[in-house]
Amino acid sequence: MNAVQYLWLVPLLPLLGAVLLIVAGRNMSKPIIASIGAGSVGLSALTVIVIGVAFLSNPDVYEISVWQWIAVGNLTPSIELHLDALSLMFIFVITFVGFLIHLYSVEFMGEDSGYARFFACLNLFVCSMLLLVLAGNLVLLYLGWEGVGLCSYLLIGFWYEDPKNGYAARKAFIITRVGDTAMLIGLFLLFATFNSLDIETILSAAPSRWEQGSSIATVAALLLLGGAAGKSAQLPLQNWLPDAMAGPTPVSALIHAATMVTAGVYLIARMNVLFELSPVAMTTVGVVGAVTLLIAGFSAMTQTDLKRVLAYSTISQIGYMFLALGVGAWSAAIFHFFTHAFFKALLFLGAGAIIEALHHEHNIFRMGGLRKQLPIVFITFLAGAASLAALPLVTSGFYSKDMILWYAWAGEKGSGLLFIAGLVGALVTALYTTRLVIVTFFGYANTRVSKRPGWRMTMPLGVLAVLSVVVGFLEVPHNFWHAQLISGFLGGVLPAAVIDSGIEAYEWALQLLAAVVTLGGIFIGYFVYMATPGLHELVKKKFPTLHQLMYDGWGFDALYTLLFVKPVTWLARASRGDVIDGIYTGIAWVAIAANRAIATTQNGVMRWYVLGIVVGALLIITLGILV
Amino acid sequence: MNAIPIEYGLILAGILFMLGMVSVLIRRNIIFMLISVEIMLNAAGLAFIVAGSKWTQADGQIMFIFILTMAAAEVSVGLALILQIYHQLKTLDTDAANRMKG
Repeated sequence: MNAVQYLWLVPLLPLLGAVLLIVAGRNMSKPIIASIGAGSVGLSALTVIVIGVAFLSNPDVYEISVWQWIAVGNLTPSIELHLDALSLMFIFVITFVGFLIHLYSVEFMGEDSGYARFFACLNLFVCSMLLLVLAGNLVLLYLGWEGVGLCSYLLIGFWYEDPKNGYAARKAFIITRVGDTAMLIGLFLLFATFNSLDIETILSAAPSRWEQGSSIATVAALLLLGGAAGKSAQLPLQNWLPDAMAGPTPVSALIHAATMVTAGVYLIARMNVLFELSPVAMTTVGVVGAVTLLIAGFSAMTQTDLKRVLAYSTISQIGYMFLALGVGAWSAAIFHFFTHAFFKALLFLGAGAIIEALHHEHNIFRMGGLRKQLPIVFITFLAGAASLAALPLVTSGFYSKDMILWYAWAGEKGSGLLFIAGLVGALVTALYTTRLVIVTFFGYANTRVSKRPGWRMTMPLGVLAVLSVVVGFLEVPHNFWHAQLISGFLGGVLPAAVIDSGIEAYEWALQLLAAVVTLGGIFIGYFVYMATPGLHELVKKKFPTLHQLMYDGWGFDALYTLLFVKPVTWLARASRGDVIDGIYTGIAWVAIAANRAIATTQNGVMRWYVLGIVVGALLIITLGILV
Repeated sequence: MNAIPIEYGLILAGILFMLGMVSVLIRRNIIFMLISVEIMLNAAGLAFIVAGSKWTQADGQIMFIFILTMAAAEVSVGLALILQIYHQLKTLDTDAANRMKG
């Protein structure tokens, strides 16, 4: 067991940090808050590294039961941590990227009055997320699941003085809640069938209890998919994520790019046996991913807010992960999660540095020319952007995306349509990434840089930039080199993807095609935004309706307002003046009227009170005489 | 010795009491109101004395001494309050001191 038995320290340290900051953060100085906030996550990351080394020397599935949590009838979930290759990858990303983002926040949030509150929420988030991925049973997983939702809500609405931020926070919370409800029903269904919510028990019992393709397995898988779609901002619950950018940028980097939004991917990968039982659910996952990656990619092309571009691109990249899950390429999805966590966190942190340097300017068309003024940010951002665009051979994004595209085409569950969607998505991704880089960093400098980031902001950028290039080489395609570390590592936990026979010879052709498409996207971006100035305005004017539609995220907000918000508010307004309400308002009204009437006798004139006493005395005397 | 009839004393006390009460009600100057209260107290005291002499008991006179003591205490507190009111409001009009209305 060696070092792995200290696994409970990993979520406990951030929890302690959060509790300490919540209780006493008000009276602490900023350096102390920063060292508690970042230090607890840093220690946790160190613990993960020690555990990881121990795990690598002896890979196995470790179950560490901390204590019995609830015992009601058959439902006996314990606080039980489950460590295998899949959860190890997740906790590594959460603590390591989390630590870098905490370090970045020390400087980024330095001027903010809610310093302690910020780190308390961030630590609590890290703790919940670790519980989510380490949970050995679905009840504990659900605790983490709701915990990250709560922290996401608290941090999106961190600057709560602006009502717009509060609105964005509520929107995120309510929309993910819709998915959570579906997931909860799914958990009830699983409990009703298996009499247990222990993940191992369910996964081992499911194939014998449910037939391949049975409708109940489909229903359970689809309900879990609902929860995953809500958390991971997939169709049809994707529209909360762009608004979630109202939170501070480190929050967007940690929660809304690297970790929390991939919880859905984790859930589906963890419950892979259930999904394998239902071809319908698998296809749904794939189609949801494909459609989401396309619509979000197109929306990203039209956004003008730097963070919104990245938000749509996050939705789109998670769409790729869902696509991979849907075609049964479990390791490819996790690999893409791994690379995406690094390069998207890097892009967000770079965006935060830019926004802070330009007096909180978000509009990319008012930036420009930052290449010379913020050289470190430029170089690191370029590394992240290249990885996002999947620049062939040198970036990690290329390897992970190529793996997904390959399985979308060649996998047994893959299909031509899914592959084409992925390919079009790759083109669009390259295009909007190029647009983002060109508009932000090249051309005429529209806003002057007021503040340069310090080492605590540039250091995480540098580390993440290196990582977003090198982690790709952990898993290169079969025909390049014999280095499939990730899928080998995950092999014991996740089933390997099945490939149609006799298709492997085409792998070269597909890789070439993907590379050409990416380069084509980059070239179009270069052509439209740099080589021919004014062309993009022309295109925009040519298709105003389409542009507006993409800008608004395909009108999902308007649709949901019409379908759900309007009827509910109408119903609320209609039921406001009903009979039952009338009774209570009537009681209140009588009380108020009586109060007013009696209050007038308290007029403050002393002689009036004396008269009152006299009249009262007379009355009593008269009564005394008469009776 | 020709005793004064008890009715005379009681009627005098009643008249004095009514005079005091009416002037408490109609006066606005707080010092006059205080004086009127004193008159009412003395009217009550007179009634005690008269009753005491009627039944040849010392109780009436003892009660009057109590009333005197009480009146002295009341005047000292009352005058202090009047000073404060004057200090605050620059007037002795009780109607001006109507800030504590409901």
